[in-house]
Amino acid sequence: MKAFAELLDRLSYSPSRNAKLRLMADYFRATPDPDRGWALAALTDGLPFSFPLRRTLMDMVARRMDPELFRLSRDYVGDTAETIALVWEPAASLSPSSRGEGRGEGRPLAQASEFAAAPHPIPLPAGGERGSPRLADVVAELALIGRNDLGPRLEAWLDTLDATGRWALIKLLTGALRVGVSARLAKTAAAEMAGLAVGDIEEVWHALSPPYELLFAWLEGRGPRPDVAGAPAFRPLMLSHALEDADWEALEAADFAAEWKWDGIRVQIVARPGEVHLYSRTGDDIADSFPDVVGGPNFDAVLDGELLVMRGGEVAPFNDLQQRLNRKGVSRKQMEQFPAHVRLYDALLIEGEDLRQLAWHARRARLEAWHARVRPARTDLSPLIAFKDKAALRELWEATRENSTEGIMLKRRDSAYVAGRPKGLWWKWKRAPLTLDCVLMYAQRGSGKRSSYYSDYTFGAWRQGEGGAAELVPVGKAYFGFTDEELLQIDRWVRNHTTESFGPVRAVSPGLVFEIAFDAVQRSSRHKSGVAMRFPRIHRIRWDKPAAEADRLETLMAMIA
Amino acid sequence: MPSTIPFEQWLKRDTAGLCCAPGGFHIDPTRAVPRAIITHGHSDHARPGHGAVLATPETIAIMRARLGPDAAGSFQELRYGAPLGIGGATVRLAPAGHILGSAQVVIEHRGQRAVISGDYKRRPDPTAAPFELVRCDLFVTEATFGLPVFRHEPDVGEIGRLLASLKAFPERTHLVGAYGLGKTQRLIALLRAAGYDRPIWLHGAHQAMCDLYGELGVDLGDLALVGDATTKLPGEIVLCPPSALKDRWTRRLSDPVTAFASGWMRVRARARQYGVELPLVISDHADWPELIATIAETEAEEVWVTHGREDALVRQIGLMGKRGRALALVGYEEDGE
Repeated sequence: MKAFAELLDRLSYSPSRNAKLRLMADYFRATPDPDRGWALAALTDGLPFSFPLRRTLMDMVARRMDPELFRLSRDYVGDTAETIALVWEPAASLSPSSRGEGRGEGRPLAQASEFAAAPHPIPLPAGGERGSPRLADVVAELALIGRNDLGPRLEAWLDTLDATGRWALIKLLTGALRVGVSARLAKTAAAEMAGLAVGDIEEVWHALSPPYELLFAWLEGRGPRPDVAGAPAFRPLMLSHALEDADWEALEAADFAAEWKWDGIRVQIVARPGEVHLYSRTGDDIADSFPDVVGGPNFDAVLDGELLVMRGGEVAPFNDLQQRLNRKGVSRKQMEQFPAHVRLYDALLIEGEDLRQLAWHARRARLEAWHARVRPARTDLSPLIAFKDKAALRELWEATRENSTEGIMLKRRDSAYVAGRPKGLWWKWKRAPLTLDCVLMYAQRGSGKRSSYYSDYTFGAWRQGEGGAAELVPVGKAYFGFTDEELLQIDRWVRNHTTESFGPVRAVSPGLVFEIAFDAVQRSSRHKSGVAMRFPRIHRIRWDKPAAEADRLETLMAMIA
Repeated sequence: MPSTIPFEQWLKRDTAGLCCAPGGFHIDPTRAVPRAIITHGHSDHARPGHGAVLATPETIAIMRARLGPDAAGSFQELRYGAPLGIGGATVRLAPAGHILGSAQVVIEHRGQRAVISGDYKRRPDPTAAPFELVRCDLFVTEATFGLPVFRHEPDVGEIGRLLASLKAFPERTHLVGAYGLGKTQRLIALLRAAGYDRPIWLHGAHQAMCDLYGELGVDLGDLALVGDATTKLPGEIVLCPPSALKDRWTRRLSDPVTAFASGWMRVRARARQYGVELPLVISDHADWPELIATIAETEAEEVWVTHGREDALVRQIGLMGKRGRALALVGYEEDGE
């Protein structure tokens, strides 16, 4: 438990992806089975339990501590679970004789020798800390524990742990680690143990179960690759590259097929009779949120497509889909209001046959034939766009802003389905972004490598203020789109033009213009300006442009789709 | 020991802080006074401009180094344990364990004994004389960490975490923010005690005080200045003032892991506020159990709380069956910790 607690503690404070990977990989290497497997489970799909602990914890602390002192502590810390982890005093030290005596450290040596001379020294278990439980033992007990036994057991464990250990244990029990690690990142760390890519683990992941002893045996070269045949497993996706000008120049239009780029989220449907999974591109199963999509099919295939909200055959804006994402359950009303749909564009397996080695055109033919035969509800095929040459293709692309797609996908006709992001096979050709000249208003310190730089920028557009004078109103925030060299220059500019500082944020005088690129703009009641940009980034730094000549809010309002 | 007169009659609070009326002196006054006893060298306790200053030889050396030789009209040294009559009071200084030279002020007047703790801690510190417990009638305590959430970890474990991180990230500089007087030298001494014998690199602001500790007999091993480094110091430990942790200065270091050694690091929101990657709970102040233990062991019937989180401590003093009073002295900062 101690090593796991230390891992969670360090992860929670580490902003950098590489540092998190290193911390996890080191932990997986140094920790024996089955503890590390339960840790991997906690960091990925979760443990097979979660307890609402608030009440239990409050009852325990009320028996041990003056309520007024607890209230003052809670107010200072701001979080009940953390407060309890910090104020917890092991029961042994609660006896009247030891209360007010302090602990060993500040005391004369006599106490240490008394301790050493204790008649029955308690042996140190493998956990290191005296009496501290192993992660695997905690998990094993919790899986079977009865409701009435939980409190006393938890109390006993808390008594043996230090503050970080108590914090980690409470997190583990409530089922939400929240240490800034995605399931995919944890799998990536495990893959790194064996020099594998995360896709290699994702390929076998759904055939495995905690505590993942077969997985670690494979990663350490002690066992075979886990067998996934027949398992309803997520298959790593084939991803595309953004099409740059040079790529366009070199591209032979005849080699490629074109489809619209839909503005939804990428999903993989994995179905066999009686069982359907809907995986996001990171391999998370989101089927529970979309019973309207997965309720229907009764077929055997692994399909690639775009999850959309559709009404009357029309694709609804991304904002509508967002109402359905990141929810555990879904109400009937939500399903009626935001009906989900999958627009299919590829097939990886059909009825047990792996199609991934076939060329794209062959897979497409199989997909079309299969779909015509099975006709699963709530699905259709992403249509192919006919074009006669490159010029025609370019015209189609230029029209994408009008037809509410995100751009065009170009897929090489002879390409196999290759996991990862192979170069030159699939291109995403996003429609040209909207742009607006905005004025820098606030700059905030970055984190990690950027912590000495003002690297997060809030920018505004002009509008007429109440008094009639022009004023800036914030319209968005961006923290990328510039080179390291430019960051250095902006950082210097911010420091030299600061008007006010609030903690990590500086307000600057209006003087620096950014050309902001963004994909769309929508109305938003949450923003002072009344609008929110989608995916804003800094396109160019207009050192040359006077702030007064930057764009007005009305211009941005006019761009609302 | 029954008290015959209320302590308030001879130990008073005024605009400069706490004043001993029969002795005609203040303790750690926050504005210039004719006569001051200074408990230790931190700038919120040791201020310039007093007429006469009485303190331990180490504290006087620190004041002279930080504030200049003319920081006070005159300096008088008083060693730990030596009694000195001042007007109607007898004064002696007892080690407080906070930093080098730090002292509690023990004042006796008409059969009553008051102890003014200054800042203190009970844990061993290789750079400071250990806290001496003095039984008294009135104990005037600090309460910087006067909340039950503050239970500082054993410092050996925290140093172990720093060294483990160095091993896990050998290509990154480990940049540790630490207050320049006391904490920095204690950290260095703890690293040495843990067997770390590589040069420890300092921000320029830390040099003078480390040199002074050396002159006062505290051996800190091999120290070097970051300004003299010819590499980006991968895998090395660099100590800097907390304010420099996010300074442009850090860009010369190798992808630093930022750490901060302070009792405040115990609380996650507080550690996040500083944006550090490796919070180290190492404090030069008493934590909650130490405060309570000390209050109990002094056997004082009355306890005053000078500064810090006095609400909780005064509440606890009441629960212990003693009279507690919050002095709410202003002008003592907490961020130096």
